[in-house]
Amino acid sequence: MSSIILFLVVIGTIGAWWLSKQRLMAKPWLEEGIHGGFPGLESSPVPASKIGLGIFLAVVGALFALLISAYSMRMQMSDWRPVPNQTMLWPVTGLLVMSGAALEWAKVAARTRDLEALKAALVAAGLFALAFLAGQLLVLRRLTEVGLVLTNNPANSFFFLIIGLHGLHILGGLVALGRTIYKTHRTRDPDRLRLSVSLCATYWHFLLAVWLVLFALLTGWAEDFVAICRQLLT
Amino acid sequence: MVDVPLDTFGGLPPPEVPDVDLYHPKSWVTKYVFSQDAKVIAIQYSATAMSIGLLALVLSWLMRLQLGFPSIFSFIDATAYYQFVTMHGMMMVVYVLTALFLGGFGNYLIPLMVGARDMVFPYANMLSYWLYLLAVVILLASFFVPGGPTGAGWTLYPPQAILSGTPGRDWGIMLMLISLIIFIIGFTMGGLNYVVTVLQARARGMTLMRMPLTVWGIFTASFMALLAFPALLVGAVMMLFDRLLGTSFFMPSLVEMGEHLSYGGGSPILFQHLFWFFGHPEVYIVALPAFGIVSDLISVHARKNIFGYRMMVWAILAIGALSFVVWAHHMYVSGMNPYFGFFFATSTLIIAVPTAIKIYNWVLTLWRGNIRLTLPMLFALAFIVTFINGGLTGLFLGNVVVDVPLSDTMFVVAHFHMVMGVAPVLAIFGAIYHWYPKVTGRMLDETLGRIHFWITFLGAYLIFFPMHYLGLMGVPRRYHEMGEMAFVPQSAQTLNAFITVMALIVGTAQMVFFFNVVWSYFKGKPAGHNPWEAASLEWQTPETPPPHGNWGRELPVVYRWAYDYSVPGAASDFVPQNQPVASRPASDEDR
Amino acid sequence: MAIALALVLVVIGSILFHLFSPWWWTPIASNWRYIDDTIIVTFWITGAVFAAVVLFMAYCVFRFRHHPGRRAAYEPENKKLETWLTVITTIGVAALLAPGLFVWNQFITVPEDATDVEVVGQQWQWSFRLPGADRRLGKSDIRAISADNPLGLVTDDPAGTDDIVIQGGELHLPLDKPVKVLLRSTDVVHDFFVPEFRAKMDLVPGQISYFWLVPTRTGTFEILCAELCGIGHALMRGSVVVENEADHQAWLQEQSRLKLARLPAAQE
Repeated sequence: MSSIILFLVVIGTIGAWWLSKQRLMAKPWLEEGIHGGFPGLESSPVPASKIGLGIFLAVVGALFALLISAYSMRMQMSDWRPVPNQTMLWPVTGLLVMSGAALEWAKVAARTRDLEALKAALVAAGLFALAFLAGQLLVLRRLTEVGLVLTNNPANSFFFLIIGLHGLHILGGLVALGRTIYKTHRTRDPDRLRLSVSLCATYWHFLLAVWLVLFALLTGWAEDFVAICRQLLT
Repeated sequence: MVDVPLDTFGGLPPPEVPDVDLYHPKSWVTKYVFSQDAKVIAIQYSATAMSIGLLALVLSWLMRLQLGFPSIFSFIDATAYYQFVTMHGMMMVVYVLTALFLGGFGNYLIPLMVGARDMVFPYANMLSYWLYLLAVVILLASFFVPGGPTGAGWTLYPPQAILSGTPGRDWGIMLMLISLIIFIIGFTMGGLNYVVTVLQARARGMTLMRMPLTVWGIFTASFMALLAFPALLVGAVMMLFDRLLGTSFFMPSLVEMGEHLSYGGGSPILFQHLFWFFGHPEVYIVALPAFGIVSDLISVHARKNIFGYRMMVWAILAIGALSFVVWAHHMYVSGMNPYFGFFFATSTLIIAVPTAIKIYNWVLTLWRGNIRLTLPMLFALAFIVTFINGGLTGLFLGNVVVDVPLSDTMFVVAHFHMVMGVAPVLAIFGAIYHWYPKVTGRMLDETLGRIHFWITFLGAYLIFFPMHYLGLMGVPRRYHEMGEMAFVPQSAQTLNAFITVMALIVGTAQMVFFFNVVWSYFKGKPAGHNPWEAASLEWQTPETPPPHGNWGRELPVVYRWAYDYSVPGAASDFVPQNQPVASRPASDEDR
Repeated sequence: MAIALALVLVVIGSILFHLFSPWWWTPIASNWRYIDDTIIVTFWITGAVFAAVVLFMAYCVFRFRHHPGRRAAYEPENKKLETWLTVITTIGVAALLAPGLFVWNQFITVPEDATDVEVVGQQWQWSFRLPGADRRLGKSDIRAISADNPLGLVTDDPAGTDDIVIQGGELHLPLDKPVKVLLRSTDVVHDFFVPEFRAKMDLVPGQISYFWLVPTRTGTFEILCAELCGIGHALMRGSVVVENEADHQAWLQEQSRLKLARLPAAQE
């Protein structure tokens, strides 16, 4: 359970940092006052949806940290036979990177009020993400073809489960992206889309980061990395 | 869809909003059924949760009948008994208490108490309720499928949960897991709302340290729930894979009734870790809102500020953080690495310190107060008694070696019913008697309320206090009958029968409460805006019950914390949070 | 006012019930008297706290009840008092925890000379395996389980040839000799619980868990399953007989003889 604990420590640190700026030591019964008397202590000016997304990402992060915990607990048992390295995962990962890059482009387009570029960028991001999902499916199919099906050992089951759950999150993101694309056709003012586009981009980058961690885990580098860290420490 | 998203405010809400911003619902359906108004959603959540609670109560009666008078009720055999145990437990913990505290009280109170017009994502809030309802329907459907609901115990430990020696193996367990998954997705939508509303939509002048403790409790609990429920989600998804697709996440090689099964290589303990990683924070997800609510009830009805407000806030935060590192105290005898016992016993007993501080501060708030023994106050006092009792027996079970003889016995059953059954339910009742006038504009009937209170408090204590001693004798939990046990005297069966009779009486008393809620809605005494003379913001709405948008044209401005009671020099014994400073003659030196 | 009286009655009633009710633990039959002592200490400390807090509450409710025209005192906090209460609570908690951890350390430290005894759970019966003359148990493998090898013993392990297997019978343990109980399950999670021994531990399929004890009283004691294991959970009983060394040796001899008598039949 060390990865989820580590994750919670990170979340807890962020929480503690934020709380430390809220003057929790104040004696509220001595502080009568009006609006404006407490700079920085009232509701923050960041849009609610951004904060909402941030917290949602923490939830998603917890979900994957737990999966990683389960994976590594299982991995320590003697009968663990990891899934053979899938070189195809490399180009597939590239697709997700491209998708995120397209969203960055969309952000720029929204800022420069270039509606046509914005549309193109968003569609490109969507297509790259779809291609990423297709690539993942292909990898899973290949595994099945060589007889490594879902049930034949725990490493395989985890492999399918982790890729599947990550894919589901991408699918969820595609729904939000689809809505944003739909909105680009309804409006003439790219300013109104800036928030949506930047939320999509944040979500995409986060899922890419999660994917990279999962990728490292599934290919076994995470294990090597931890081993190296351990050696450095001792 | 939301007509105008609230986040267009970009930060502090303006003092006035044009009419269009209030996105009023336009038809009966959008007003009462697919409503995006947090207050309507709160009532939908509460009504659904209480209906489920009633069903869970009936299930507990059936179990008690079987335990008190074994082999009289032939339809309650072992299969039925285990199904009742499982459904009672899961319903009460997840679908009643969590939903009621966060979905019910959270939705109703957070926007009103922090001075917001509504939750920040009203559409997601509405979806949250409908997903919850869907989860409930799926759960109830399991009563009608072949094989009935699962009888795996609310902990759903594999391998037995998905093997044929357990009732409901065919459909029940799958419906249970699917229902939980949907509940968690729905809750995440609601939970994001509760948290972000507190972060983002507070009225001007409402700093965190001016919030009532109810908001602190629900806020912290929601945040914890957001981080803890994924563990249950992961566990449920993996078990569903094991059951449906034949994977072996939790299933080692097994021989069931002489047959080798095709599973192999999984770890049952892994599930227990995941389950309790959710399960222990869950206890505090239920307890923290109750802590907050009780703090407010005591303060209002003792006409005194809550003693040591800062300590109370810190304690809530400390309990919330610590509760994530104590989960394995449910697993001392599970066969996990025994050296974990040292760590988890220590962390568990450390959590007793902030909890004890909260209890002291409630009691010290009474000291030199001006205590009005209203119904909410009575329930708050009863909460403290049962919570202390249950908390102290928690010191037995948390202290690793003491847990060894007591775990999995009736002692555990008595402990957790006292601490997270009776105590939170008493807090809920107190809260309903307290806020009903705000929700409906009428008071609940006092006489019926007192009958309800006395039977519930004393009756519940009489049920669960003696039950500890059954466990001390060694009677295991989850036995559909004690049967012959050489070490248990015959008289224990008498005790069991007594507990059953008390349970029937206490359960019946709840009907008085439900009658009161319905009757008072039509015939109750009109309450006025602020019948308890409370200072916090929800009592200062221009209309009662508050309409959609809560505050009319102008949002409130907050000038002080929520606990200015009996302030020296003030004209009345409470000063509302939104009363401007100038009107108070007292000088700062008095305080 | 009734509530103040009720609070006092709750305290008095609880204490009287604790002291005078006939329901108390069954006399101990193992070396884990320390566990009982820790429970007693915990009862004293928690009982005192419960009585003190609830009685104080009753007093407050009585003394400071509402009177028209009276005002409550104004006291937002009292740092000194809160610090003291925190310190005292911490000391109290430490007083509970320290003996607990001390005894836990003993609980998980198995003495060198303990004899291994294996307990196997399956839905819904107990089986046992005791080492033969070599004092060692042979290996087991769940995949080896079959109709004539119900516990899945590995047949080519020489340590296992003289093991004594008891299926559906009584487990016999020698008096005053440390025993390490090894627990495994063939199907679901069970829990080996003998109330007189105070100790218990789960049997988890796929792994071997353990605890140890020294039986200190002769007699026959009931074994219960304490972890929900399906519809037969409440009926999964067994018994353990604690007897003195001579009786135990005689019983072991008898079991070995029965095993030898069965062997030719199996080999034919």
